[in-house]
Amino acid sequence: MSEKAENTIVSEKLDRNSLAELVARDIAPGSFVNLGIGQPTLVSNYLKPEQHVTLHTENGMLGMGPEAQGSEIDGDLINAGKIPVTELPGASYFHHADSFAIMRGGHLDVCVLGAFQVSATGDLANWHTGAPDAIPAVGGAMDLATGAKDVYVMMSLFTREGLSKLVAECSYPLTGVGCVTRVYTNEAVFLIKEDGVHVRETFGISFEELAAKMDVPLTAPSADAA
Amino acid sequence: MLNILQDVDEAVAPIYDGATVMIGGFGKAGQPVELIEALLRQGAKDLTVVNNNAGNGEEGLAALIGAGRVSKIICSFPRQSDSHVFDAKFRAGEIELELVPQGNLAERIRAAGAGIGGFFTPTAYGTPLAEGKETRMIDGRGYVFETPIHADFALVKALKADRTGNLIYRKTARNFGPIMAAAAKNAIVQVREIVETGELDPEIIVTPGIYVNSLVQVSREKAPAAA
Repeated sequence: MSEKAENTIVSEKLDRNSLAELVARDIAPGSFVNLGIGQPTLVSNYLKPEQHVTLHTENGMLGMGPEAQGSEIDGDLINAGKIPVTELPGASYFHHADSFAIMRGGHLDVCVLGAFQVSATGDLANWHTGAPDAIPAVGGAMDLATGAKDVYVMMSLFTREGLSKLVAECSYPLTGVGCVTRVYTNEAVFLIKEDGVHVRETFGISFEELAAKMDVPLTAPSADAA
Repeated sequence: MLNILQDVDEAVAPIYDGATVMIGGFGKAGQPVELIEALLRQGAKDLTVVNNNAGNGEEGLAALIGAGRVSKIICSFPRQSDSHVFDAKFRAGEIELELVPQGNLAERIRAAGAGIGGFFTPTAYGTPLAEGKETRMIDGRGYVFETPIHADFALVKALKADRTGNLIYRKTARNFGPIMAAAAKNAIVQVREIVETGELDPEIIVTPGIYVNSLVQVSREKAPAAA
């Protein structure tokens, strides 16, 4: 192992909040961003005003502010997770077809989504487990996956059984093909590139240990740095 | 010709058995609760309903589904923590579901109102929701052909109308309202307030009155069923 690779090792794996903070730090200033329901929503807690990031919500708003509290709660002002939110100066409202045109038209810089699985070529599976008795629901997941310039996934890397969720090929039904550009997990950040999966950094695990637990060929951080 | 009506029961009276009815709203926001309740009282059955969801809790769309009046639902997100009424009907095979990605749902509704016969969209390409559909590669990217969703009726909630039927909405309660009003042959709109023609600034009209067929004022809105 090279010294450069060792330098990328943080002593322990990241918790949910630290991971959200890392994603927030990686979003370029001035970006238009959609945060998916669940874990990705945490990212908004760590966006700094000086980043001038504008949040989009698919139910028809740009310039979404933090979750509404107390007297701020307004039934006509909610996010895609149906949570009451606030509006920031410069906010705008539009109907659903315009909102998804913003997505599909490639105007959003980044969307951050959760996932069941991501493939080595960036296929995303996050809407359906494929279980025969499950009632399917898709919402805006497929539109987000295909629409944003960059699709970041936030997920735990391993299932309870210890299997990697970053896989050679998704076994769950797909949400989008070749759409994911980065995967943020508690153990490592992965960049999905034309030539395969690159590890940008690891947390609480060495690259070699990580590579041994996964069935996907990985390019080490040192190889990129060299 | 715009009908300005006195009550919601009169407004939904024309809805007939077997009709396709679009219902606006996303969660609580923009849900035309009073019109949905009037449709429940009215009794029309074998309806195809177009909505983002498939009802929450016991009231509104959930009550309509629970009463066995909806034979098919076209929506993007039926399964929620409190969608038990739909879930039970679906598992019993008593309601047909057409699941549509939310952006495709919106665009198919928009296409109907705009007279578009169909469109190619990248959304859902390569997924189970594109199975059996025509696809095409355009500039190296895969697209799926989607057709418009027309409706016989739309139930929409807006904030304010003038007596010409021009509408303005409030915040994220706008959602599906404008495109559903345009897509339906007969758009029935409930508003909190109807003002005289000329009182709304023409520059801020969101839905022009040409799309609106019936208008009814519901000044005391009931809080919608939990989302």
